Amino acid sequence: MPFTPPAVDDVLAALTNRCAGVTVSEFRGQTRVVVPVESCFDALACLKERGFDLLVDVSCVDYLDYRDPPMQMAGCAGHRYGLVYLLASTTTNQRLTLRVFVDDPEPTVPSAVPLWEAANWLEREVWDLFGIRFAGHPDLRRLVMPEEFAAHPLRKDYPLQGRGERHNFPVITRDHS
Amino acid sequence: MAVSRPNNLELPENVVVSRLDALASWCRKNSLWPMPFATACCGIELMATGAAKHDLARFGAEVFRFSPRQCDLMIVAGRVVMKMLPVLQRIWQQMHEPKWCISMGACASTGGVFDTYAVVQGIDRFIPVDMYVPGCPPRPEQLIQAIIDLQDKIQAEGTITGREFDTAGRQARKRALVEIATPLSIDASRNPVLQRELAARSGRPATAVVPD
Repeated sequence: MPFTPPAVDDVLAALTNRCAGVTVSEFRGQTRVVVPVESCFDALACLKERGFDLLVDVSCVDYLDYRDPPMQMAGCAGHRYGLVYLLASTTTNQRLTLRVFVDDPEPTVPSAVPLWEAANWLEREVWDLFGIRFAGHPDLRRLVMPEEFAAHPLRKDYPLQGRGERHNFPVITRDHS
Repeated sequence: MAVSRPNNLELPENVVVSRLDALASWCRKNSLWPMPFATACCGIELMATGAAKHDLARFGAEVFRFSPRQCDLMIVAGRVVMKMLPVLQRIWQQMHEPKWCISMGACASTGGVFDTYAVVQGIDRFIPVDMYVPGCPPRPEQLIQAIIDLQDKIQAEGTITGREFDTAGRQARKRALVEIATPLSIDASRNPVLQRELAARSGRPATAVVPD
């Protein structure tokens, strides 16, 4: 039986009042909120004010050619990238998932760094691997791939074995070492 | 240095005659100082090899140094990603001659199961490798076998001047010798090595050898 702590209902009501186009759903006792890009920052700020004070993770899913797009989430049909914000409350131990859907070209969402410092490296990682721009991020550089890397390798249209980057190095033989 | 040796030379007691190359190789092979380039689980086996049970000290190779200036054997243990490869090459170049390299495990040798955009598919594409150790990860015994084999290699072909490392020069001479064997059937116009060899032998610049 799905379990929703009552306090979340208040927060969700406040969120729905403050931001337009918010969809709330539940799956196996976990609350999920889908928010349009325009009200993404507002929604995060609202949730932070009302107790979800810990940003656990920011990640992303590329739904390109996905066999069963997340259609059960209203308002997200046909979108390519789905960002995932995992929030938690350190006082009530509740958790909440916030999702934002963006598309090519130039998929962009507002940065959450003004709200949580923890978002800095998390957003850099998403930018590095998926190429999602975070508007207002103070230092949007690659996090894990080398600086000179040109692609965003976790996108589904990037080949698994790369485009030859892993073999683009000088060869050192016995004669010049 | 030619030393003429009298035919009736009698060696004093406890004197052994040898080649200087053999002596140098014997010293080198029994005092290998490994540089542990351990990036993954093979590194754990590498540590086990150095620890008490398997005791790499029996083969004179227990002095693991983390400064490449003090090492002469690089043991690459684990997968090398494209961000790490420039580091690997730099450390290899910082090591002094004579130096050797052991590629330990499937990942270092071939990329292993990690056939992805970031993992280098075998370090021998970018630095010279003397010994490959199969396994995922190899047992310490396998690494010890590789070190023993490397010792044999050092003893067999080591020279005090390091001539064995002049691979390009040796290859060129080998190729030239093979091709000179039937000079009339070879077109030397596209082979600069062969041209130089022919020129050196005939005393004049070589042109194309035309087959009849």
